[in-house]
Parts: sequence; C-alpha cells; structure tokens
Amino acid sequence: MERYPGPAVIRLEQLSKRYGSVQALAGVSLEVPAGCLYGLLGPNGAGKTTVLRILCTLLAPDQGAVTIAGINALAEPRLARQQLGYVAQEVAIDKILTGRELLELQANLYHLPRAQRQRRIAELSELLSMDAWLDRRCGTYSGGMRRRLDLASGLLHSPAVLVLDEPTVGLDIESRTALWQVLQQLRDGGTTILLSSHYLEEVDALADRLAILDGGLVIAEGSPAELKRNLGGDRVTLRVREFASPQEAEQAQRLLQGCKGVRQVVINRAQGHAINLVVDGDEVLERLRQQLSEASLPVFSLAQSRPSLDDVYLQATGRTLLDAELAAVASRDPKAEKKQAMR
Amino acid sequence: MTGATALAPALAPAPAPSALAELSQETLALTKRLFLQLQRRPSTLVAGILQPLIWLVLFGALFAKAPAGLLPGGVSYGRFLGAGVIVFTAFSAALNAGLPVMFDREFGFLNRLLVAPLRSRFSIVLASVLYITSLSLVQSLAIMGAAWALGYGWPGGAGLLVVLGTLLLLVAAVTALSLGLAFALPGHIELIAVIFVANLPLLFASTALAPISFMPSWLGWLAALNPLTFAIEPIRAAYLGQFSLTRVVLEAPYGNLTAGQCLLVLTLLSVGLFLSIRPLLDRKLS
Repeated sequence: MERYPGPAVIRLEQLSKRYGSVQALAGVSLEVPAGCLYGLLGPNGAGKTTVLRILCTLLAPDQGAVTIAGINALAEPRLARQQLGYVAQEVAIDKILTGRELLELQANLYHLPRAQRQRRIAELSELLSMDAWLDRRCGTYSGGMRRRLDLASGLLHSPAVLVLDEPTVGLDIESRTALWQVLQQLRDGGTTILLSSHYLEEVDALADRLAILDGGLVIAEGSPAELKRNLGGDRVTLRVREFASPQEAEQAQRLLQGCKGVRQVVINRAQGHAINLVVDGDEVLERLRQQLSEASLPVFSLAQSRPSLDDVYLQATGRTLLDAELAAVASRDPKAEKKQAMR
Repeated sequence: MTGATALAPALAPAPAPSALAELSQETLALTKRLFLQLQRRPSTLVAGILQPLIWLVLFGALFAKAPAGLLPGGVSYGRFLGAGVIVFTAFSAALNAGLPVMFDREFGFLNRLLVAPLRSRFSIVLASVLYITSLSLVQSLAIMGAAWALGYGWPGGAGLLVVLGTLLLLVAAVTALSLGLAFALPGHIELIAVIFVANLPLLFASTALAPISFMPSWLGWLAALNPLTFAIEPIRAAYLGQFSLTRVVLEAPYGNLTAGQCLLVLTLLSVGLFLSIRPLLDRKLS
C-alpha cells in the first residue's frame, strides 16, 4: 500500500453477524487507507449491506471491532457518526418535504450552525446541480435526483469518510457517470470513500482498492490491477456449441486439461457449458485449436482476453459474479430483508 | 469557487455547543418536520376535529329530549357529553402518535436519523411527544369551542387550566402507549388495526357517553378502571364550575374517587407507561 502511507481510516476486524439461522458475516476484516476510494464487491446476499450497516453504527456485530478515524465505533458511536456520511441503498426521503427542507433537517441533526448550514446547502446544490429543483417536494423527484439529494445529505457535514451502499442501482447511464465523477472528485479532495457494489465495471472503474465479499468473508483484497496481475495468464473462453451438452463440455475439458500451457479448465454450467480456460499466453490458442480439430470437436467460438475482475471473482469463488447474482436473486427473502432493514 | 471547498473534508472543528443546545436543535428540527407534514397534509388535523364534532352534534341531538334530572347533577345530556367528546378528541389524536414513527421505521427514514450523531436518540421520541401534544390540544380546544357554540358551556378561569392539564396527562399516557406499539409491532397495517380496534370500545367502556349508574355491573367496572374515565370526570367537574381536588367526581363500584385522586392515577399511568416502554425504546434506538 505504498500510495497510502498513513494509518487506516476504517478498520474492520473479524466482524461476524448472524440473523437467525443465517450467518451473514463470518469474520470480515479489512482496512481502508485515508484518501482511498475502496470498493466492496460481491453479489446480493454476500453481506455487503450488513458490513456497511455495522460500520455506520446502525447495527451491532455479534463479534469484532470497528475503528473509524481512530475512534472505537462500538464504544463511542456518536463520535464515530460525526466522521461518517452514509448514503443508503434504499433512498429514504420524506416525500412531502422539499429537498432543501430535508437538507436543513439533516444539517440540524448534525448540529451545524445556521450560517454553515446555508453555505453548505448552497455549495452542494451547485456541485450536484440541484438548484433547479431543490425547492420542489421530494415526491416529485426522479431516481437520479433522489440519489443526488441523498449524496448531498451525506456530505453536508463534510465527513472524513463517505459510505455508499450500491449507489448507482436503478440509475440511467448519464446519472451513473455523473455520480462516478463526483465520487472521484471527492476522493481527489481527500475524502475517504467506501462503496459497495455488485457491478464489476463500477468497481473496476472507480476503486483504488477493493475487497471481494462472498458468503460473509473477504476472499480477495487489493487494487484491481494487483488482483488481475496476481491471477496471471490470459483467459480463453471456448464454446464447443452455442449451448453444449455436459458430456461434450466434459470431453473438451478432459482433452484440454492435458494441453501444454493450459493452467486451468473450468466448465461454466450457467453459460451454456462454455469452457473457461486460464492459459500462459497467445501461443496456447493455436495449440488448443489443433487439439480440438484432431479430436473432431466442433468450435462455435474461441475468445481470448486479459484477466478481468470477473476472472478474479471466478478464481476466488468458483463461479462468475453473474452466476452468483442469479443464485442470490433466486434465494432472496424480501420479508427477511425488510425485517433486517427495519429498526 | 465552491468545488474545492464543497468537496474537502472539514479540517478545524468549530467550538462544541452544549449538550442542551444540541438536544434542542435536533428535537426542534424533528418537530418542525412533523409540523411541515401536517401543514401540507392537514387531513389529520381536519379529521381529528370533524369526527368528534359529528359525535358531539349527533349524540347531543340523539338524547336532547331525554328527561331532565336523569343525569347526575341534573345537567343536560349535551353538557354531560361535552367532557366525554373533548377527552375522546385528545385520546384519538394521541393514539395516532405512533403512526409517523412507524412509517419512518418501515420506509427507512428512521435509519437516516439513527446514523446522525444525535446528542440523544430520545429526541426522536421527544419530537413526537411535542407534536402530538400540540396537535391534541389544538383539536381539543376546537371541540371545546364547538361545545361552547352549541351551548354546552365553557370552563371558567382555573377550570380551563384543569381541563388542559388533565388532557395533557392523558395525552402523555396514550402517546407513550402508541409509541410503544409503534416500536413493538411489525408494520403500519398492524398498528392501524390495533388503533382501529382499541378506539371505540375504549370510548364506550368509559363515562364519555353515559354515567356508571346507567351501566350493568360488568361494564361499570370496566368504565371505572378505564383511563379515559379518570380524565373525563375532573373535566366534567371543571365544566360545572365545581372543581376541587377533594371533591368526589367518580362513584366507582370499588369506591369513590376525588378529582385529585383521578389526576394522580393519570399521572402514575403516564409515568408508568413511559418507564415501561423505555427498555423497548432503548433496544430499538440504541
């Protein structure tokens, strides 16, 4: 972490949390250096929201320690809250208030003096282009506007740390890009940012460092470049047919596993039994084609790429992020989620 | 101009305000929010006056020709009813105290409040109490005005203070109950159901509409234990210009109670209810 010589602004140590029979977190530890934009990547149900709720003192962990800017957040939550701005996943606004009234309320809850309140609201309104609609009722806002208002409300007291839970879910591309730019500007200005996301490209584009969360544990940690570099090797995706049968895929797998320069062969059952290979380099591709041709196996498509974050995820968890997302969606319990979110 | 300053974290902290100043700031801000909601959606205020007004007019008319001397003190039914409807107004308003809190719990707004460095999270509860107390008193005063317009009287001088003080005690107790329910129940549907079911039976099983002497023994017992009755009888006495702490206002199956004793019961009830919901609030808010 040569770029970040100072102490960590956020330190989470061995956080564990159980909801009934479900172990949401099983010993999560991570450190966020000052001035870093840190991504928490994982599918829905991985425990990201639970980590952020514990960090923002909304929830107490069963075990573990939380330190924010040197403050023990579990022992002194009020002091910790002064250092934090939280932008939750579900934008909870009061539809009948105007944006400005909501920001004024927020400023009062953070005990900002009057002059500072007005100044901060004006600054943030200009920064986030809210001037045109800030005095309209929140119930009339679009998703992008609500998200900007929520971001402004998290930034009002100029926190050292900004925590965002899935900030771009449901946003159109334009709003998303604008939000990314604001976050990068914030980071450049010295704010430490921790954001959770299940979008690979978002974490890849924004994060200086990231942690991959799966099944309540951090299973990989580092900068995107480091993680991809550590994987090593190129990625090849082979489709014997557009939708191959398991037998064909297994036949191809057995054939290619012995091939020189092939490090790993994994059948991706959710993607039409495509075969994901990790190979040494460009020259291996030709060898693969030859082997397949000699065995009279058809080739629908053969694609090569440098390692991506998806490959990092696949390597660490054994499945792609998309598959993990699909599995999470299938096993979602909206009632339980609502109960967990409600105090 | 604003870009750099807007984005930079705060460097030098301002001098710390006192705990009381911070508590006032956050409580007043939360109370202001509730009043803004009321201002823009006044249906709560209007309904809270219209419904008891209809009761006052209809019930008063229903028994307008009841034989004289039927009721204790020989008063007309309208005068008898007035105190009951006033208390019912305050009670209904206070019973709904938990609804805004419940909606905030359900739709995530409470989480927004809990992430803030509040001096005390009880400022959330305090704001609700301030708001509902104000609302109840305004509605009750409106009904008192209507009762006066209908010729049912007006409590003179100290009597007015007795009425308002009694209403405050009842509102405090019922607000505590409603807030407790708002944190204990899982959603607004359940809370509305409880409010709906509790409202009218509590009214009928009190001396709001009829004296205990009219009731069968079992209902008389219920009415004599009903908190509403302990508020209604002192107010009735104040309306009759007969208020004195030592004067008997309630002839219950278990004995007679003076106005002072009724007010004491209400006070103990308020304090008791707030103390009993405190562990629940601690758990939910801390």
